[in-house]
Amino acid sequence: MRQLLWGWKWLKLGVFVACLMPLAMLAWNAATKNLGANPIDEITDQTGLWTLRFLLITLAVTPARRFSGWNRLIQVRRMLGLFAFFYGGLHVVTYVWLDQFFSVEDILADVVERPFITVGFTSFVLLIPLAVTSTTSMIKRLGGKWWQRLHRLVYVIAIGGVVHFLWVVKFDTRLPLIYGSVLAVLLAYRLWFWSEPRLKLGLALFRKAAAVSK
Amino acid sequence: MLIKKASDIKSSEITDPKWYVERRRFLKAASAAAVVVAAGATPVLLTSTSETAPEPEQTRQKIENVAKSPLSTDEPLTPYEDVTNYNNFYEFDTDKYSPAKLAKNFRTKPWSVAIEGEVLKPGVYTLEDILKPHPLEERIYRLRCVEGWSMVIPWVGFPLGDLIKRFEPTSKANFVEFTTLYDPEQMPGQRRSVLKWPYVEGLRLDEALHPLTILAVGLYGEVLPNQNGAPLRLVVPWKYGFKSIKSIVKIRFVEQQPMTTWALAAPHEYGFYSNVNPDVPHPRWSQARERRIGEFAKRKTLIFNGYADQVGHLYAGMDLRKFF
Repeated sequence: MRQLLWGWKWLKLGVFVACLMPLAMLAWNAATKNLGANPIDEITDQTGLWTLRFLLITLAVTPARRFSGWNRLIQVRRMLGLFAFFYGGLHVVTYVWLDQFFSVEDILADVVERPFITVGFTSFVLLIPLAVTSTTSMIKRLGGKWWQRLHRLVYVIAIGGVVHFLWVVKFDTRLPLIYGSVLAVLLAYRLWFWSEPRLKLGLALFRKAAAVSK
Repeated sequence: MLIKKASDIKSSEITDPKWYVERRRFLKAASAAAVVVAAGATPVLLTSTSETAPEPEQTRQKIENVAKSPLSTDEPLTPYEDVTNYNNFYEFDTDKYSPAKLAKNFRTKPWSVAIEGEVLKPGVYTLEDILKPHPLEERIYRLRCVEGWSMVIPWVGFPLGDLIKRFEPTSKANFVEFTTLYDPEQMPGQRRSVLKWPYVEGLRLDEALHPLTILAVGLYGEVLPNQNGAPLRLVVPWKYGFKSIKSIVKIRFVEQQPMTTWALAAPHEYGFYSNVNPDVPHPRWSQARERRIGEFAKRKTLIFNGYADQVGHLYAGMDLRKFF
Protein backbone atom coordinates (compact mmCIF):
# COMPACT_ATOMS: atom_id res chain seq x y z
CA MET A 1 0.00 0.00 0.00
CA ARG A 2 2.71 2.35 1.02
CA GLN A 3 4.66 1.44 -2.06
CA LEU A 4 1.61 2.15 -4.20
CA LEU A 5 1.20 5.61 -2.68
CA TRP A 6 4.87 6.23 -3.28
CA GLY A 7 4.35 5.25 -6.94
CA TRP A 8 1.52 7.73 -7.35
CA LYS A 9 3.60 10.48 -5.91
CA TRP A 10 6.17 9.76 -8.54
CA LEU A 11 3.48 9.76 -11.22
CA LYS A 12 2.33 13.18 -10.14
CA LEU A 13 5.87 14.46 -10.07
CA GLY A 14 6.52 12.93 -13.49
CA VAL A 15 3.43 14.59 -14.97
CA PHE A 16 4.42 17.88 -13.39
CA VAL A 17 7.88 17.78 -14.92
CA ALA A 18 6.48 16.67 -18.29
CA CYS A 19 4.04 19.59 -18.25
CA LEU A 20 6.95 21.98 -17.82
CA MET A 21 8.82 20.58 -20.81
CA PRO A 22 7.17 22.82 -23.41
CA LEU A 23 8.22 25.86 -21.40
CA ALA A 24 11.72 24.45 -20.97
CA MET A 25 11.97 23.87 -24.71
CA LEU A 26 10.79 27.39 -25.44
CA ALA A 27 13.28 28.85 -22.98
CA TRP A 28 16.08 26.70 -24.37
CA ASN A 29 15.29 27.69 -27.95
CA ALA A 30 15.14 31.33 -26.94
CA ALA A 31 18.50 31.06 -25.16
CA THR A 32 20.13 29.32 -28.12
CA LYS A 33 18.45 31.65 -30.61
CA ASN A 34 16.51 28.88 -32.25
CA LEU A 35 13.14 30.54 -32.40
CA GLY A 36 13.59 31.65 -36.00
CA ALA A 37 13.28 35.01 -37.67
CA ASN A 38 10.28 36.12 -35.66
CA PRO A 39 10.84 34.82 -32.12
CA ILE A 40 7.98 36.72 -30.52
CA ASP A 41 5.41 35.31 -32.95
CA GLU A 42 6.90 31.88 -32.31
CA ILE A 43 6.46 32.28 -28.55
CA THR A 44 2.89 33.49 -29.04
CA ASP A 45 2.10 30.52 -31.28
CA GLN A 46 3.71 27.95 -29.02
CA THR A 47 2.14 29.15 -25.77
CA GLY A 48 -1.26 29.32 -27.48
CA LEU A 49 -0.92 25.84 -28.92
CA TRP A 50 0.09 24.39 -25.56
CA THR A 51 -2.86 26.04 -23.85
CA LEU A 52 -5.20 24.31 -26.27
CA ARG A 53 -3.33 21.02 -26.00
CA PHE A 54 -3.56 21.06 -22.21
CA LEU A 55 -7.27 21.85 -22.39
CA LEU A 56 -7.80 18.86 -24.66
CA ILE A 57 -5.61 16.59 -22.52
CA THR A 58 -7.57 17.64 -19.43
CA LEU A 59 -10.85 16.89 -21.19
CA ALA A 60 -9.49 13.49 -22.22
CA VAL A 61 -8.90 12.40 -18.62
CA THR A 62 -12.49 11.36 -17.91
CA PRO A 63 -12.99 9.28 -21.07
CA ALA A 64 -9.52 7.76 -20.66
CA ARG A 65 -10.39 6.83 -17.10
CA ARG A 66 -13.66 5.19 -18.10
CA PHE A 67 -12.14 3.26 -20.96
CA SER A 68 -9.02 2.11 -19.15
CA GLY A 69 -10.53 1.66 -15.72
CA TRP A 70 -7.46 3.43 -14.41
CA ASN A 71 -9.32 5.55 -11.92
CA ARG A 72 -6.31 7.18 -10.32
CA LEU A 73 -5.88 9.22 -13.48
CA ILE A 74 -8.31 11.66 -11.90
CA GLN A 75 -5.51 12.64 -9.54
CA VAL A 76 -3.59 14.43 -12.27
CA ARG A 77 -6.60 16.14 -13.86
CA ARG A 78 -6.42 19.21 -11.65
CA MET A 79 -2.74 19.64 -12.43
CA LEU A 80 -3.35 19.32 -16.17
CA GLY A 81 -6.13 21.88 -16.00
CA LEU A 82 -3.93 24.27 -14.06
CA PHE A 83 -1.23 23.88 -16.68
CA ALA A 84 -3.75 24.89 -19.35
CA PHE A 85 -4.30 28.02 -17.27
CA PHE A 86 -0.55 28.47 -16.83
CA TYR A 87 0.21 28.33 -20.57
CA GLY A 88 -2.86 30.47 -21.27
CA GLY A 89 -1.42 33.02 -18.86
CA LEU A 90 1.94 32.96 -20.65
CA HIS A 91 0.10 33.39 -23.96
CA VAL A 92 -1.77 36.43 -22.62
CA VAL A 93 1.39 37.89 -21.09
CA THR A 94 3.19 37.50 -24.44
CA TYR A 95 0.36 39.35 -26.13
CA VAL A 96 0.03 42.11 -23.53
CA TRP A 97 3.76 42.63 -23.22
CA LEU A 98 5.56 41.65 -26.41
CA ASP A 99 2.74 42.42 -28.83
CA GLN A 100 0.93 45.40 -27.32
CA PHE A 101 3.61 46.69 -24.92
CA PHE A 102 1.05 47.25 -22.18
CA SER A 103 -0.97 49.76 -24.16
CA VAL A 104 -4.35 49.45 -22.45
CA GLU A 105 -6.00 51.48 -25.18
CA ASP A 106 -4.76 49.21 -27.97
CA ILE A 107 -5.63 46.08 -26.04
CA LEU A 108 -9.18 47.25 -25.36
CA ALA A 109 -9.62 48.21 -29.00
CA ASP A 110 -8.34 44.79 -30.05
CA VAL A 111 -10.60 42.92 -27.65
CA VAL A 112 -13.65 44.84 -28.83
CA GLU A 113 -12.94 45.00 -32.56
CA ARG A 114 -11.32 41.70 -33.40
CA PRO A 115 -13.51 38.68 -32.89
CA PHE A 116 -10.60 36.24 -32.56
CA ILE A 117 -9.18 38.25 -29.69
CA THR A 118 -12.62 38.71 -28.13
CA VAL A 119 -13.11 34.96 -28.13
CA GLY A 120 -9.59 34.15 -26.96
CA PHE A 121 -9.61 36.74 -24.23
CA THR A 122 -13.05 35.70 -22.99
CA SER A 123 -11.94 32.09 -22.86
CA PHE A 124 -8.93 32.99 -20.78
CA VAL A 125 -10.97 35.15 -18.39
CA LEU A 126 -13.41 32.26 -17.93
CA LEU A 127 -10.49 30.04 -16.95
CA ILE A 128 -9.70 32.26 -13.97
CA PRO A 129 -12.64 31.21 -11.74
CA LEU A 130 -11.89 27.59 -12.56
CA ALA A 131 -8.27 27.96 -11.49
CA VAL A 132 -9.30 29.84 -8.34
CA THR A 133 -11.80 27.17 -7.32
CA SER A 134 -9.49 24.27 -8.08
CA THR A 135 -8.30 23.80 -4.50
CA THR A 136 -9.75 21.09 -2.29
CA SER A 137 -11.04 23.63 0.23
CA MET A 138 -12.84 25.55 -2.53
CA ILE A 139 -14.46 22.35 -3.76
CA LYS A 140 -15.74 21.76 -0.24
CA ARG A 141 -16.92 25.32 0.17
CA LEU A 142 -18.83 25.31 -3.10
CA GLY A 143 -20.16 21.81 -2.67
CA GLY A 144 -19.60 19.13 -5.28
CA LYS A 145 -22.72 19.89 -7.28
CA TRP A 146 -22.11 23.62 -7.70
CA TRP A 147 -18.44 23.06 -8.23
CA GLN A 148 -19.18 20.64 -11.04
CA ARG A 149 -21.67 23.02 -12.62
CA LEU A 150 -19.14 25.82 -12.56
CA HIS A 151 -16.42 23.65 -14.01
CA ARG A 152 -18.56 22.65 -16.98
CA LEU A 153 -17.47 26.08 -18.23
CA VAL A 154 -14.41 24.29 -19.50
CA TYR A 155 -16.46 23.01 -22.47
CA VAL A 156 -17.26 26.58 -23.47
CA ILE A 157 -13.63 27.60 -22.93
CA ALA A 158 -12.28 24.79 -25.11
CA ILE A 159 -14.71 25.64 -27.91
CA GLY A 160 -13.61 29.28 -27.56
CA GLY A 161 -9.98 28.18 -27.81
CA VAL A 162 -10.56 26.28 -31.04
CA VAL A 163 -12.58 29.15 -32.57
CA HIS A 164 -9.82 31.58 -31.57
CA PHE A 165 -7.26 29.39 -33.34
CA LEU A 166 -9.45 28.95 -36.40
CA TRP A 167 -9.96 32.70 -36.79
CA VAL A 168 -6.34 33.66 -36.29
CA VAL A 169 -4.81 31.53 -39.05
CA LYS A 170 -4.47 33.37 -42.31
CA PHE A 171 -5.78 30.70 -44.61
CA ASP A 172 -4.49 27.21 -43.98
CA THR A 173 -7.08 25.88 -41.51
CA ARG A 174 -5.88 22.27 -41.41
CA LEU A 175 -4.37 22.43 -37.92
CA PRO A 176 -7.23 24.23 -36.14
CA LEU A 177 -9.66 21.80 -37.75
CA ILE A 178 -7.67 18.86 -36.37
CA TYR A 179 -7.89 20.35 -32.88
CA GLY A 180 -11.57 21.03 -33.47
CA SER A 181 -12.20 17.39 -34.41
CA VAL A 182 -10.47 16.12 -31.29
CA LEU A 183 -12.59 18.46 -29.18
CA ALA A 184 -15.74 17.37 -31.02
CA VAL A 185 -15.01 13.73 -30.15
CA LEU A 186 -14.40 14.61 -26.50
CA LEU A 187 -17.63 16.60 -26.31
CA ALA A 188 -19.64 14.00 -28.20
CA TYR A 189 -18.54 11.43 -25.65
CA ARG A 190 -20.01 13.57 -22.88
CA LEU A 191 -23.19 14.26 -24.77
CA TRP A 192 -23.66 10.56 -25.29
CA PHE A 193 -23.05 9.77 -21.63
CA TRP A 194 -25.43 12.50 -20.59
CA SER A 195 -28.21 11.58 -22.97
CA GLU A 196 -28.07 7.78 -22.95
CA PRO A 197 -29.67 7.15 -19.53
CA ARG A 198 -32.20 9.89 -20.24
CA LEU A 199 -33.09 8.35 -23.55
CA LYS A 200 -33.48 4.95 -21.92
CA LEU A 201 -35.63 6.43 -19.20
CA GLY A 202 -37.75 8.28 -21.73
CA LEU A 203 -38.19 5.15 -23.79
CA ALA A 204 -39.17 3.14 -20.71
CA LEU A 205 -41.73 5.76 -19.68
CA PHE A 206 -43.11 5.84 -23.20
CA ARG A 207 -43.52 2.06 -23.26
CA LYS A 208 -45.20 2.11 -19.87
CA ALA A 209 -47.60 4.81 -21.01
CA ALA A 210 -48.31 2.90 -24.19
CA ALA A 211 -48.97 -0.28 -22.19
CA VAL A 212 -51.31 1.56 -19.81
CA SER A 213 -53.31 3.16 -22.58
CA LYS A 214 -53.94 -0.23 -24.13
CA MET B 1 -12.91 21.31 -54.85
CA LEU B 2 -10.25 20.43 -57.33
CA ILE B 3 -10.37 16.91 -58.70
CA LYS B 4 -6.94 15.75 -59.65
CA LYS B 5 -5.56 12.67 -61.31
CA ALA B 6 -3.75 10.54 -58.79
CA SER B 7 0.00 10.50 -59.19
CA ASP B 8 2.13 7.38 -58.61
CA ILE B 9 2.79 8.24 -55.03
CA LYS B 10 -0.23 9.44 -53.19
CA SER B 11 0.37 12.78 -51.58
CA SER B 12 -0.82 11.25 -48.32
CA GLU B 13 2.08 8.83 -48.40
CA ILE B 14 4.71 11.51 -48.60
CA THR B 15 5.85 12.61 -45.20
CA ASP B 16 5.17 16.28 -44.86
CA PRO B 17 8.62 17.78 -44.25
CA LYS B 18 7.02 19.88 -41.55
CA TRP B 19 6.75 16.77 -39.40
CA TYR B 20 10.31 15.62 -39.67
CA VAL B 21 11.61 19.11 -39.35
CA GLU B 22 9.46 19.52 -36.25
CA ARG B 23 10.73 16.19 -34.96
CA ARG B 24 14.34 17.19 -35.44
CA ARG B 25 13.72 20.43 -33.67
CA PHE B 26 12.01 18.57 -30.86
CA LEU B 27 14.80 16.04 -30.47
CA LYS B 28 17.40 18.73 -30.54
CA ALA B 29 15.60 20.66 -27.86
CA ALA B 30 14.68 17.64 -25.77
CA SER B 31 18.22 16.33 -25.57
CA ALA B 32 19.30 19.67 -24.27
CA ALA B 33 16.32 20.38 -22.10
CA ALA B 34 17.74 18.58 -19.09
CA VAL B 35 18.55 22.07 -18.05
CA VAL B 36 15.44 24.08 -17.39
CA VAL B 37 16.36 27.58 -18.31
CA ALA B 38 14.65 30.25 -16.30
CA ALA B 39 12.09 32.08 -18.37
CA GLY B 40 13.72 35.44 -17.88
CA ALA B 41 14.42 35.80 -21.56
CA THR B 42 15.73 39.23 -22.27
CA PRO B 43 14.96 41.35 -25.31
CA VAL B 44 18.42 40.56 -26.62
CA LEU B 45 17.63 36.87 -26.68
CA LEU B 46 14.39 37.45 -28.50
CA THR B 47 15.56 39.53 -31.38
CA SER B 48 18.14 37.60 -33.27
CA THR B 49 17.96 34.59 -35.44
CA SER B 50 19.29 31.05 -35.55
CA GLU B 51 22.99 30.60 -35.02
CA THR B 52 23.02 27.00 -36.10
CA ALA B 53 23.51 26.51 -39.81
CA PRO B 54 20.37 25.34 -41.63
CA GLU B 55 20.28 22.67 -44.35
CA PRO B 56 22.96 22.79 -47.07
CA GLU B 57 22.37 25.86 -49.15
CA GLN B 58 21.92 26.38 -52.84
CA THR B 59 25.08 27.60 -54.47
CA ARG B 60 25.20 31.34 -54.06
CA GLN B 61 26.08 33.21 -57.18
CA LYS B 62 27.22 36.81 -57.28
CA ILE B 63 25.76 39.24 -59.83
CA GLU B 64 28.27 41.65 -61.41
CA ASN B 65 27.75 45.28 -62.42
CA VAL B 66 24.90 46.27 -60.16
CA ALA B 67 24.36 50.02 -59.94
CA LYS B 68 23.20 51.78 -56.79
CA SER B 69 19.87 53.59 -56.87
CA PRO B 70 18.73 56.86 -55.30
CA LEU B 71 15.39 55.13 -54.66
CA SER B 72 16.96 52.88 -52.02
CA THR B 73 16.30 53.38 -48.32
CA ASP B 74 19.26 53.69 -45.95
CA GLU B 75 17.57 51.72 -43.17
CA PRO B 76 19.50 48.75 -41.74
CA LEU B 77 19.09 45.60 -43.80
CA THR B 78 17.27 42.53 -42.53
CA PRO B 79 19.87 39.74 -42.13
CA TYR B 80 20.34 37.49 -45.17
CA GLU B 81 19.43 34.40 -43.11
CA ASP B 82 16.04 35.85 -42.21
CA VAL B 83 15.30 37.10 -45.70
CA THR B 84 16.04 33.68 -47.15
CA ASN B 85 14.50 31.46 -44.46
CA TYR B 86 11.31 33.23 -43.41
CA ASN B 87 9.23 33.07 -46.57
CA ASN B 88 5.60 32.99 -47.50
CA PHE B 89 5.64 30.89 -50.65
CA TYR B 90 2.51 28.73 -50.57
CA GLU B 91 3.52 26.96 -53.79
CA PHE B 92 5.99 25.08 -51.61
CA ASP B 93 4.30 25.09 -48.22
CA THR B 94 2.20 27.33 -45.99
CA ASP B 95 4.83 27.07 -43.26
CA LYS B 96 7.36 29.89 -43.49
CA TYR B 97 10.54 27.89 -42.90
CA SER B 98 9.71 25.11 -45.37
CA PRO B 99 10.13 26.90 -48.74
CA ALA B 100 13.89 27.32 -48.14
CA LYS B 101 14.18 23.54 -47.84
CA LEU B 102 11.59 22.46 -50.38
CA ALA B 103 12.74 24.85 -53.10
CA LYS B 104 16.37 23.76 -52.96
CA ASN B 105 16.21 21.76 -56.17
CA PHE B 106 13.72 23.96 -57.98
CA ARG B 107 14.73 24.27 -61.67
CA THR B 108 15.02 27.84 -62.88
CA LYS B 109 16.83 26.92 -66.10
CA PRO B 110 15.56 26.87 -68.76
CA TRP B 111 12.93 29.49 -68.03
CA SER B 112 10.66 31.38 -70.34
CA VAL B 113 8.11 34.11 -69.92
CA ALA B 114 5.03 34.51 -72.09
CA ILE B 115 4.05 38.07 -72.98
CA GLU B 116 0.38 38.07 -73.94
CA GLY B 117 -2.72 40.12 -74.50
CA GLU B 118 -2.91 43.75 -75.50
CA VAL B 119 0.66 44.19 -76.78
CA LEU B 120 2.15 44.68 -80.20
CA LYS B 121 4.97 42.20 -79.57
CA PRO B 122 3.47 39.17 -77.85
CA GLY B 123 5.39 35.92 -77.68
CA VAL B 124 7.19 33.44 -75.51
CA TYR B 125 10.63 34.75 -74.61
CA THR B 126 13.53 33.04 -72.91
CA LEU B 127 14.55 34.57 -69.59
CA GLU B 128 17.84 35.63 -71.21
CA ASP B 129 15.93 37.57 -73.87
CA ILE B 130 13.72 39.14 -71.25
CA LEU B 131 16.69 40.33 -69.19
CA LYS B 132 19.26 41.19 -71.86
CA PRO B 133 18.60 44.90 -72.49
CA HIS B 134 18.13 45.87 -68.84
CA PRO B 135 20.96 47.21 -66.69
CA LEU B 136 20.58 45.91 -63.13
CA GLU B 137 20.30 48.10 -60.08
CA GLU B 138 20.22 47.51 -56.37
CA ARG B 139 16.98 48.69 -54.79
CA ILE B 140 16.83 48.57 -51.02
CA TYR B 141 13.15 48.51 -50.18
CA ARG B 142 10.96 48.00 -47.17
CA LEU B 143 8.71 44.98 -47.49
CA ARG B 144 5.55 44.89 -45.38
CA CYS B 145 3.70 41.58 -45.08
CA VAL B 146 -0.07 41.66 -44.62
CA GLU B 147 0.53 39.48 -41.54
CA GLY B 148 2.10 42.36 -39.63
CA TRP B 149 5.85 41.93 -40.03
CA SER B 150 8.34 43.70 -42.24
CA MET B 151 11.87 43.52 -43.62
CA VAL B 152 14.36 45.72 -45.44
CA ILE B 153 15.67 43.89 -48.49
CA PRO B 154 18.39 44.82 -50.99
CA TRP B 155 16.85 43.61 -54.23
CA VAL B 156 18.66 43.40 -57.55
CA GLY B 157 16.44 44.15 -60.51
CA PHE B 158 15.23 46.65 -63.06
CA PRO B 159 12.12 48.81 -63.52
CA LEU B 160 9.14 46.84 -64.78
CA GLY B 161 8.18 49.93 -66.80
CA ASP B 162 11.29 49.56 -68.99
CA LEU B 163 10.27 46.02 -69.86
CA ILE B 164 6.65 46.96 -70.53
CA LYS B 165 7.66 49.65 -72.98
CA ARG B 166 9.67 47.14 -75.02
CA PHE B 167 6.60 45.06 -75.80
CA GLU B 168 4.44 48.08 -76.67
CA PRO B 169 1.10 47.70 -74.92
CA THR B 170 -1.92 48.87 -76.92
CA SER B 171 -4.36 51.55 -75.80
CA LYS B 172 -6.61 48.82 -74.43
CA ALA B 173 -4.00 47.67 -71.92
CA ASN B 174 -5.34 49.02 -68.63
CA PHE B 175 -4.02 46.32 -66.34
CA VAL B 176 -1.11 43.89 -66.17
CA GLU B 177 -1.72 40.34 -64.99
CA PHE B 178 1.14 38.15 -63.73
CA THR B 179 1.11 34.37 -63.33
CA THR B 180 3.41 32.10 -61.31
CA LEU B 181 4.64 28.77 -62.62
CA TYR B 182 2.24 25.87 -62.10
CA ASP B 183 4.26 22.70 -61.57
CA PRO B 184 2.99 20.52 -58.71
CA GLU B 185 5.81 18.06 -59.28
CA GLN B 186 8.34 20.69 -58.26
CA MET B 187 6.08 22.77 -56.07
CA PRO B 188 4.55 20.42 -53.49
CA GLY B 189 2.24 23.08 -52.07
CA GLN B 190 0.37 23.09 -55.37
CA ARG B 191 -0.71 19.48 -54.84
CA ARG B 192 -3.25 20.78 -52.38
CA SER B 193 -5.84 23.32 -53.34
CA VAL B 194 -5.10 25.75 -50.48
CA LEU B 195 -5.27 28.52 -53.05
CA LYS B 196 -6.49 28.40 -56.60
CA TRP B 197 -3.40 27.60 -58.66
CA PRO B 198 -1.63 29.03 -60.51
CA TYR B 199 -1.10 32.16 -58.42
CA VAL B 200 -2.20 35.29 -60.24
CA GLU B 201 -1.50 38.90 -59.34
CA GLY B 202 -2.21 42.17 -61.07
CA LEU B 203 -1.47 45.87 -61.20
CA ARG B 204 -3.07 48.85 -62.84
CA LEU B 205 -0.89 49.88 -65.81
CA ASP B 206 0.14 53.14 -64.13
CA GLU B 207 1.20 51.21 -61.02
CA ALA B 208 3.17 48.80 -63.18
CA LEU B 209 4.89 51.69 -64.95
CA HIS B 210 5.78 53.47 -61.71
CA PRO B 211 9.57 53.78 -61.29
CA LEU B 212 9.45 52.08 -57.88
CA THR B 213 7.96 48.90 -59.35
CA ILE B 214 10.70 46.47 -60.29
CA LEU B 215 11.24 42.97 -61.52
CA ALA B 216 13.87 41.37 -59.29
CA VAL B 217 16.40 38.71 -60.23
CA GLY B 218 18.52 38.86 -57.10
CA LEU B 219 19.02 40.01 -53.53
CA TYR B 220 22.07 40.88 -51.47
CA GLY B 221 24.03 41.19 -54.72
CA GLU B 222 23.43 37.54 -55.58
CA VAL B 223 21.13 35.53 -57.82
CA LEU B 224 17.66 35.27 -56.28
CA PRO B 225 17.38 32.21 -54.02
CA ASN B 226 14.60 29.86 -55.13
CA GLN B 227 12.52 30.41 -52.01
CA ASN B 228 12.46 34.12 -52.72
CA GLY B 229 10.80 33.69 -56.10
CA ALA B 230 13.57 32.78 -58.55
CA PRO B 231 14.29 33.41 -61.28
CA LEU B 232 12.06 36.43 -61.79
CA ARG B 233 9.70 38.14 -59.37
CA LEU B 234 7.81 41.35 -58.96
CA VAL B 235 8.54 43.85 -56.18
CA VAL B 236 5.99 46.58 -55.42
CA PRO B 237 7.23 48.12 -52.18
CA TRP B 238 4.14 50.15 -51.26
CA LYS B 239 1.80 47.16 -51.36
CA TYR B 240 1.50 44.17 -49.05
CA GLY B 241 4.03 41.46 -49.83
CA PHE B 242 1.64 39.04 -51.49
CA LYS B 243 1.23 41.44 -54.43
CA SER B 244 4.90 40.91 -55.28
CA ILE B 245 4.35 37.69 -57.19
CA LYS B 246 7.15 35.13 -57.48
CA SER B 247 8.57 32.86 -60.20
CA ILE B 248 6.72 34.62 -63.02
CA VAL B 249 6.00 32.71 -66.24
CA LYS B 250 3.39 34.97 -67.80
CA ILE B 251 2.79 38.70 -68.14
CA ARG B 252 -0.53 39.50 -69.76
CA PHE B 253 -1.89 42.91 -70.67
CA VAL B 254 -5.64 43.20 -70.23
CA GLU B 255 -8.48 45.67 -70.46
CA GLN B 256 -10.39 44.61 -67.34
CA GLN B 257 -9.12 44.40 -63.78
CA PRO B 258 -7.77 40.86 -63.37
CA MET B 259 -9.04 38.47 -60.72
CA THR B 260 -6.16 37.96 -58.29
CA THR B 261 -5.56 34.86 -56.19
CA TRP B 262 -5.97 36.27 -52.68
CA ALA B 263 -8.90 38.46 -53.66
CA LEU B 264 -10.53 35.33 -55.03
CA ALA B 265 -9.73 33.30 -51.91
CA ALA B 266 -11.06 35.83 -49.38
CA PRO B 267 -12.62 38.84 -51.14
CA HIS B 268 -13.50 40.71 -47.95
CA GLU B 269 -9.98 40.35 -46.55
CA TYR B 270 -7.72 40.97 -49.56
CA GLY B 271 -8.49 43.54 -52.21
CA PHE B 272 -7.02 44.13 -55.63
CA TYR B 273 -5.08 47.20 -54.50
CA SER B 274 -3.74 45.97 -51.14
CA ASN B 275 -1.80 49.14 -50.56
CA VAL B 276 -0.11 49.22 -47.16
CA ASN B 277 -2.44 51.31 -45.01
CA PRO B 278 -2.36 51.52 -41.20
CA ASP B 279 -5.86 53.01 -41.18
CA VAL B 280 -7.57 50.15 -42.98
CA PRO B 281 -7.39 47.11 -40.73
CA HIS B 282 -7.51 43.58 -42.00
CA PRO B 283 -10.95 42.31 -40.89
CA ARG B 284 -9.24 40.07 -38.34
CA TRP B 285 -6.24 42.09 -37.18
CA SER B 286 -4.95 45.62 -37.01
CA GLN B 287 -2.52 46.96 -39.61
CA ALA B 288 -1.53 49.95 -37.48
CA ARG B 289 1.82 48.53 -36.44
CA GLU B 290 4.34 46.01 -37.63
CA ARG B 291 7.24 44.04 -36.26
CA ARG B 292 10.41 44.67 -38.23
CA ILE B 293 12.19 41.32 -38.29
CA GLY B 294 15.15 41.56 -35.90
CA GLU B 295 13.59 44.30 -33.78
CA PHE B 296 12.00 43.88 -30.38
CA ALA B 297 9.38 46.63 -30.21
CA LYS B 298 6.76 47.06 -32.88
CA ARG B 299 6.87 50.15 -35.06
CA LYS B 300 4.11 52.20 -36.60
CA THR B 301 3.10 51.20 -40.10
CA LEU B 302 3.27 54.06 -42.58
CA ILE B 303 0.73 54.78 -45.28
CA PHE B 304 1.89 53.26 -48.59
CA ASN B 305 4.69 51.69 -46.54
CA GLY B 306 6.44 55.05 -46.36
CA TYR B 307 6.35 55.63 -50.14
CA ALA B 308 3.41 58.07 -50.04
CA ASP B 309 5.41 60.95 -51.57
CA GLN B 310 6.20 58.85 -54.62
CA VAL B 311 2.94 56.96 -55.13
CA GLY B 312 0.21 58.90 -53.31
CA HIS B 313 -0.87 60.68 -56.52
CA LEU B 314 -1.80 57.34 -58.12
CA TYR B 315 -4.73 57.10 -55.73
CA ALA B 316 -5.81 60.75 -55.52
CA GLY B 317 -9.55 60.99 -54.91
CA MET B 318 -9.96 57.28 -54.34
CA ASP B 319 -11.69 55.96 -51.24
CA LEU B 320 -8.93 53.76 -49.85
CA ARG B 321 -11.35 52.00 -47.52
CA LYS B 322 -13.46 50.91 -50.44
CA PHE B 323 -10.55 50.12 -52.75
CA PHE B 324 -8.47 48.34 -50.13
